[in-house]
Amino acid sequence: MNLLQFVHAFFGDGSHWHGYDGIPTRVLEHVRYSLEALALAAAIGLPVGLVTGHYGRGGNALALLATAGRALPTFGLLVLVVTWLGFGLGPVMIPLVVLAVPPILVTTYEAVRSVDPAPVDAARGMGMPEPRILFQVELPVALTLILGGLRSAAVQIVSTATIAAYVGLGGLGRYIIDGLYQRNYEKVVGGATLVAALALATLAVFWAVARLTVSPGVRRGT
Amino acid sequence: MIRIDSVTKRYPDGTVAVDRLSLDIEDGSITVLVGPSGCGKTTTLRMINRMVEPSEGTILLDGADIRQQPVNTLRRSMGYVIQNAGLFQHRTIVDNIATVPRLLGWGKDRARARARELMERVGLDASLAKRYPYQLSGGQQQRVGVARALAADPPVLLMDEPFSAVDPVVRKGLQDELLRIQAELGKTIVFVTHDIDEAVKLGTMVAVLRTGGHLAQYAPPAELLSDPADAFVEDFLGSDRGIRRLSFFPSGALELQTAPVVALDADAGTIAARGSTSGAPYLLVADLDGRPLGWGDPKDLTAGEIEPGRLLSHGRPFVHGKDSLRAALDAAVLSPTGWAVGVDGTGRVVGVVSQQAVGEAIRSAHALDRGGEDARAVR
Ligand SMILES: Nc1ncnc2c1ncn2[C@@H]1O[C@H](COP(=O)(O)OP(=O)(O)OP(=O)(O)O)[C@@H](O)[C@H]1O
Ligand SMILES: [Mg+2]
Repeated sequence: MNLLQFVHAFFGDGSHWHGYDGIPTRVLEHVRYSLEALALAAAIGLPVGLVTGHYGRGGNALALLATAGRALPTFGLLVLVVTWLGFGLGPVMIPLVVLAVPPILVTTYEAVRSVDPAPVDAARGMGMPEPRILFQVELPVALTLILGGLRSAAVQIVSTATIAAYVGLGGLGRYIIDGLYQRNYEKVVGGATLVAALALATLAVFWAVARLTVSPGVRRGT
Repeated sequence: MIRIDSVTKRYPDGTVAVDRLSLDIEDGSITVLVGPSGCGKTTTLRMINRMVEPSEGTILLDGADIRQQPVNTLRRSMGYVIQNAGLFQHRTIVDNIATVPRLLGWGKDRARARARELMERVGLDASLAKRYPYQLSGGQQQRVGVARALAADPPVLLMDEPFSAVDPVVRKGLQDELLRIQAELGKTIVFVTHDIDEAVKLGTMVAVLRTGGHLAQYAPPAELLSDPADAFVEDFLGSDRGIRRLSFFPSGALELQTAPVVALDADAGTIAARGSTSGAPYLLVADLDGRPLGWGDPKDLTAGEIEPGRLLSHGRPFVHGKDSLRAALDAAVLSPTGWAVGVDGTGRVVGVVSQQAVGEAIRSAHALDRGGEDARAVR
């Protein structure tokens, strides 16, 4: 059987569409893990990136941290955390967040730092308080890049959230791991296809969010 | 009044940008800070709105140290315009202009209504209100910058080379606009430029700074041109200082001659008589409305058959009484006949004047000026 036949067989099988191991359940689980990890990573990466970017300090420390974060093997980290904390959702979140924070933090920092200094100077000279300068002058201009950082983090999370299945949780990783174990390649290919589709859907969501939130004055011809 | 009282600015790296500078800036005046690059103009300006803190000395606004009020309150009471405008690219033109009113807590509608008022004041078409900065020309963006600074009606306006990034024609338009707005609003304007012509044109008072942040001279422009304090100032004013100074003498003192002017329908007798007695080698022909058509040699002018197209160009006339001696001299020098044409406000010929006569007027104006008469600016 080739790839397309696997895909066809997997999605064509009616029994795959309901129950606790059905596609809707697994997709929802996967989306939930991903959203939670992204929210946690953003809650750490965005504020730190915005503030350090605004004051232009701490860039070197950030780069170091990001490189360290990227160098950690996600799966190794998972094993480590599970041995230490036991099974559960928490231990899965940690490697996902570690994976997602660096792109968010570094892009946000760079995005805010690279905002044209002239309008910022003008805003300060007009008596605009610093938080307002950050949120009303720098952020709207840096938003395109910041969303780009969030997007790559989200895509990485979506494809990596399959690891949840290794520690007995659900998500699309279930199909891949169970399929491999049962030598059911139809299931493996089906699961992988769903992950890829979800990643594409994530890209589409970010595209739409950017359309809605980035000012036409910043978007220009792009 | 803004009093800069022996202020020194030493940056952390040891650069002394401003050195014991003292300046009194009168209310309702345009004070121009001018000088070569790096002489501390921007630093001086930014100390007034505390974007830079002085290392020594104090700055007083209406008698009170500017450090006595919260820094953002101070800044909101001073409009700030920078080169290239520094507009917020994510905001529309009205919202850019409405920034300070919004900071002061005005409602959105009121702030926008005010912004539209300001657009009109600075000569921006209302149709631009909803555009974004990238959709405007450099000159229009600069006008938005000025409107934004004026939006909350601050008594003080700080402008740092606001017109230096636009071409000369647009710059002249913006300068004229600023003078017009100033005549209407009477703000206290501190204006930074490195262009001495701009300084002379706009300034009520001009402060010439030299590198190291020393004040070289502080004087009204006419005095600057007539009595430069030292060789540095003289050098900075350039080689055509004498000509530029003429901008401050009105052309009203010129005696215009009407004898060399004939109407298009003049008869042969008039042409012959004027040709021989006027003292001018050529006659200026005016149309029946009194507008200049061009110069003609009296020998070639035939009554009733004067062809305007074959006359010598009359060049650009000067407006008698309104333009300066500089404009009159310029008109005479550029005229093919060496005679300048003086017109009234509506463009009708008042009379003509020779280069020699302009030269004499310049000499006597200078003599009068030396005698202590105030030279009044003519712009
Ligand atoms: N933040 C700073 N740190 C150190 N030195 C500075 C700083 N800002 C300005 N300077 C120095 O102070 C001096 C005066 O600078 P300033 O910007 O006031 O000059 P300027 O007259 O406005 O020049 P320009 O016409 O080029 O704008 C210069 O020698 C400049 O290098
Ligand atoms: Mg400067």
